[in-house]
Amino acid sequence: MNMSNSTVQLHIDGHQVEVAAGTTILDAAKQAGVQVPTLCHHQNLSPTASCGVCIVEIEGSPALKRACCTPVEPGQKITTNSQQLRGLRKSLVELILSNHAVECPTCASNGKCELQDLANSMGVEFDRFEKVVDKRPNDTTSVSISREPNKCIACGRCVTVCNEIQTVNAITMSDRGFDVAVGTFFNEGLGNSSCVNCGQCTVFCPTGALRERSETDSVWNAILDPKKVVVVQEAPAIRVSLAEEFGLDMGEVTVGKMYAALKRLGFDYVFDTNFTADLTILEEGTELIDRVKTGGKLPLITSCSPGWIKFMETYFPDFGEYTSTCKSPQQMFGALVKTYFAKERGIDPADVVSVSIMPCTAKKFEARRPEMRDSGFQDVDYVLTTRELVRMIKEARLDFKNLPEESATDIMGAYTGAATIFGATGGVMEAAIRSAYYLLVGQSLANLDVKIVRGMEGIKEGTLSIPSKELGTLDVKVAVAHGLGNARKLLDKVRRQIAETGKSEYAFIEIMACPGGCVGGGGQPYGCTIADRARRGEGLYREDAGMAKRQSHENPEVARIYKEFLTSPGSEKSHQLLHTCYWERSIQSGSCLELKTHKHAASHAH
Amino acid sequence: MRKEMNTQEILQRHGKGADELLGLLHELQDAHERHYLPPESLGAAAEHMGLPASEVYGVASFYTMFSLKPRGRYIVRVCQSPPCHLLGSTDVSRELVKELGVQLGETTADGMFTLEMSSCLGVCGVAPAMMINDEVYGNLTVARIGEIIDEKRSAT
Amino acid sequence: MSIYRTHILVPIDEGTVQAGVFEVKRTLEREIRERGLEGEVRVLETGTVGIVGKGVLLAVYPDRIYYSGMRPSDVALLVEEHLLKGRVPSSLKHAPLDLQDGAKVLHRTGLTLPQKRVVLDKAWKVAPDDMREVLASGGYAGLERIVADRMTPEAVIDEVKKSGLRGRGGAGFPTGLKWELTRNSPGGRKYIICNADEGEPGTFKDRLILEGDPHRIVEAMTIAGYAMGATKGYVYIRGEYALSIERMQKAIDQAREYGLLGPDVLEHGFAFDLEIKKGAGAYICGDETALLESLEGKRGNPRIKPPYPVAHGLWQEPTSVNNVETLANVPGIIARGAGWFRTMGTEKSSGTKVFTILGHVEHPGLVEVEMGTPLRELVFSYGGGVSGGRKFKAALLGGASGVFLPEGLLDVRMDFESLKENKAVLGSGAVLVMDEDASIVDMLFSILKFFAHESCGRCAPCRIGTRQLLNLAWKLRRGKGRETDLDTMLRLAELMCGTALCPLGQSVIMPVRSAIEYFRGEFEACVKKTTEEARV
Repeated sequence: MNMSNSTVQLHIDGHQVEVAAGTTILDAAKQAGVQVPTLCHHQNLSPTASCGVCIVEIEGSPALKRACCTPVEPGQKITTNSQQLRGLRKSLVELILSNHAVECPTCASNGKCELQDLANSMGVEFDRFEKVVDKRPNDTTSVSISREPNKCIACGRCVTVCNEIQTVNAITMSDRGFDVAVGTFFNEGLGNSSCVNCGQCTVFCPTGALRERSETDSVWNAILDPKKVVVVQEAPAIRVSLAEEFGLDMGEVTVGKMYAALKRLGFDYVFDTNFTADLTILEEGTELIDRVKTGGKLPLITSCSPGWIKFMETYFPDFGEYTSTCKSPQQMFGALVKTYFAKERGIDPADVVSVSIMPCTAKKFEARRPEMRDSGFQDVDYVLTTRELVRMIKEARLDFKNLPEESATDIMGAYTGAATIFGATGGVMEAAIRSAYYLLVGQSLANLDVKIVRGMEGIKEGTLSIPSKELGTLDVKVAVAHGLGNARKLLDKVRRQIAETGKSEYAFIEIMACPGGCVGGGGQPYGCTIADRARRGEGLYREDAGMAKRQSHENPEVARIYKEFLTSPGSEKSHQLLHTCYWERSIQSGSCLELKTHKHAASHAH
Repeated sequence: MRKEMNTQEILQRHGKGADELLGLLHELQDAHERHYLPPESLGAAAEHMGLPASEVYGVASFYTMFSLKPRGRYIVRVCQSPPCHLLGSTDVSRELVKELGVQLGETTADGMFTLEMSSCLGVCGVAPAMMINDEVYGNLTVARIGEIIDEKRSAT
Repeated sequence: MSIYRTHILVPIDEGTVQAGVFEVKRTLEREIRERGLEGEVRVLETGTVGIVGKGVLLAVYPDRIYYSGMRPSDVALLVEEHLLKGRVPSSLKHAPLDLQDGAKVLHRTGLTLPQKRVVLDKAWKVAPDDMREVLASGGYAGLERIVADRMTPEAVIDEVKKSGLRGRGGAGFPTGLKWELTRNSPGGRKYIICNADEGEPGTFKDRLILEGDPHRIVEAMTIAGYAMGATKGYVYIRGEYALSIERMQKAIDQAREYGLLGPDVLEHGFAFDLEIKKGAGAYICGDETALLESLEGKRGNPRIKPPYPVAHGLWQEPTSVNNVETLANVPGIIARGAGWFRTMGTEKSSGTKVFTILGHVEHPGLVEVEMGTPLRELVFSYGGGVSGGRKFKAALLGGASGVFLPEGLLDVRMDFESLKENKAVLGSGAVLVMDEDASIVDMLFSILKFFAHESCGRCAPCRIGTRQLLNLAWKLRRGKGRETDLDTMLRLAELMCGTALCPLGQSVIMPVRSAIEYFRGEFEACVKKTTEEARV
């Protein structure tokens, strides 16, 4: 149905407005400069229409209509703000509050809570209705995400994002009536479900019922323990996500302030995950070239995103052998800190507490995977999300906005522009293309901006012509998917191609679990929209553009670690510390069924 | 082993269209000796239909005829809707609770009876009413409850 | 086909089953065999006669006599006297019965009150699974007329529109218009769905139609399918209605055998088939969009409207969802014409309506009468008045989402318009009578308990509002209400009326407002007690 070329004229609160046919009253009102209050609605999700806060009056219609899901009709006269509507909305918020554990001062989403905001703006009376909260136990089965059902307003956003956007299908609305709850299969808990820990549910939750499993207490304890050497690494996306939380512009890169803040919090060494992002490109690039040369499994699929990895293990276990064996930058870092760094500085790795700051909840799960102990210890001890770091900075009363800029530790702290764009969808692909081109052609791309893989389109693809000296001109088709629903679409296609013709049209695929990539991660500030994610990503591309070194192979620290410790990309030592293996998992419980790939020695070690 | 066969047979009788789901769940529940849908049944149904297990759980937990915990041999469903209420179902329910020694929603320790509340059974002509499995008992009085339950007890 | 001189109809419903009808029937069959009357007298199981609480009933046809309170020990006398000697034994409780129009017999007075049996015409005098009898008694005459008169689908819809038939499920939407909208909606496949998820407390008319005359529904849906261009129909039957499901399935199978369903209905080049879907216990699935969700194997949450089912229904295709009783009117309208239908009922509410008269009445049961019959007549004539000679206090009309009407409104006429004028609804046609000793507070509590149990929980106002209302009613019922509670209840009900997503939540206001408006004193008494106690 193509209705885009027809428009509808109507009146909203006396303003005449002309909008495309099919527009909801809510969006039409926005265009008329009128904000209808909402609660369950989120601009990036299909409406669940559960709360009723956005009711409006339509002249001539006896029933009130929900603005979020009612399309406009020609000639309507709509009132969004009347005595009746104000009264009903206020009562409604009072009613919803009567079924909500009001714990604002201690709540993870305090200050970001959409219910709190609404209640505040409406001046609700608190004890209008008797409190009716059935005490239900918190879900603490997952190492990544915890759920507090008493704060849940059953808006359904989490279920929508889990099932429609991510197609993970871990959660559902269960039971009926007052007992309606967000639940997993037989309420076994998120940790015993197909949940891939992406945490998108937490970002979309309006009331803090879903949050990360907080590890700030453990980190504080480690920092305050004089015997421990506490080190920290930060993912690319962190540097572009703190600004908005501390009164700076959304998308502003605050890398120097970030380092300063971490030092003031008491971390002994402040590294940067960007360093291992560069390292990842060398390892993964080598793997790709190796597979192209030796006729290995293609397409090669990136492995940086732990949400994607568990998703693959659950829904696409047959893609285990297509997925890069490279650990994610976080885990490469963890393995190197307790080996290379500890050795370099003469520190007993047993005393090292390795912390990472990630935009991601799945990283908490990843750090605890049994495979991630190649240093002889748990490689990464604690993973803090952006939200947790923000909380720690606030707790320490740091004036983040005005902190002087500082730099990272002089070892494993340097990075190139290629590393920083890892935080945005398409960034890993772009970084890989830059270095692979160089490695195959012997010179850099004339223009390092690979625009075809940038932007917020769900699935991006393009073909690169690489005039390789050794292999002749290669036409390499690549694809980038972000958001697991898009990943599913893309992989279904690849699976079909392989089944039908034995091979896929793609040679290299980047998959990030979260819409927008890591800047849209599940550990990022509450309430961010897709548009916010794009702005953060643009910040990273700006940082990249301003950097002197923009290709991973130019990182001097990376060169140094190969020279002093790892030998070369894909070496035996690299494989031992930087590569991993994959499982097949149960769709019902998420538990491991069997190992699908094995950790193998470097191919050219044979 | 035999039950496994049964589940497979039932699955095979149903297509994979989502509209088959409720019917399939009914049959799986009826085939279970404890009249309920354990995780294995819902898991099998989900797999057969190609639906997420969580979704099937969400569906099963919505409908009162489906039970997700084991039930007794006799399922006593006492109607508490307004017509039965008017004619004394509260007393009948209370008597059932006393007679069976369990609360609504519970199963007797011997696994014989499960007591459930039901919305209108559609037999208001003989209110107050209850059903024991597929059988309707109407015009109930407190005095008759003991008799009816005893009869079921001795029938086994 | 042998010719029997006498038919004995054995109405089967939960009342007669309770009273031991099967043992009586077995005894009767044995007696008939032993007396060698097998070739002359035929025993038939039928649907309900609509009289409950009178024990086992046996109707003898064509003698127009029915016996009540029959025990196995009475059977020999009946066979001996009535069947062999042709006289009615006075020691057995009996009464005349007019099988032509149907009748409700008042035992006390012996008066018969005329009913207008249209949808229940055959429900209790024809064995529902005897295809030859179904056909002989006028079954499928509507479908036959379509074929014989070469009626176009448009003509069928036109006839239904002219009849003024309106939905009997509660909303009263014009049926012909619904069909026309469905027919005119673009879409590859179209569906007709029979809503037999009867769950309104105090209502069992649909069950009795399905059990007593399932072929009427098969015929109606086939006609609807033809009219709308639907080739597939579903009958969504409440999971608890085991006998309805069984009888309906049998009727569908028989209709297929007779070519009344299938790829070429009546060799008229029209394909149509039916399938039963069994519900699983959810009142909300009586809402048409929740029913569609349930039919698609999902949780029974009502959908956001628009779009409406006539445009985007089952599997997003144009769909007409019609109540059992609504459909049951269709064969008659087509066979006998809209004009005939319009002779019954009122100008804007044509036809008949089945009412279930329950609670504190002398003769609880079900009657089919013309639309517009006064409530007083239903309660005091058909229902035999308040039981035990007590005073009438209130009638709850239309089930849980209906209204309490006080004595002063007993003369209201039972049709869509008259009830609306009195802030009441026809609903499902349930009439629950309460005598002077009944507590309205307690009844409202029961209703709110029902709502809390049946709210789907999708929208916040209903999910939380039903629980809040229940808590308030519970406190009041125990005499522990606060003075502000009544206003809070009304405020909640109004909030739900304005903001709930579907008719379930929106209609809670009906019982709440009427109970408090007409019986405020009773509620205030529950409040006052507390304040007095508090003072002591």
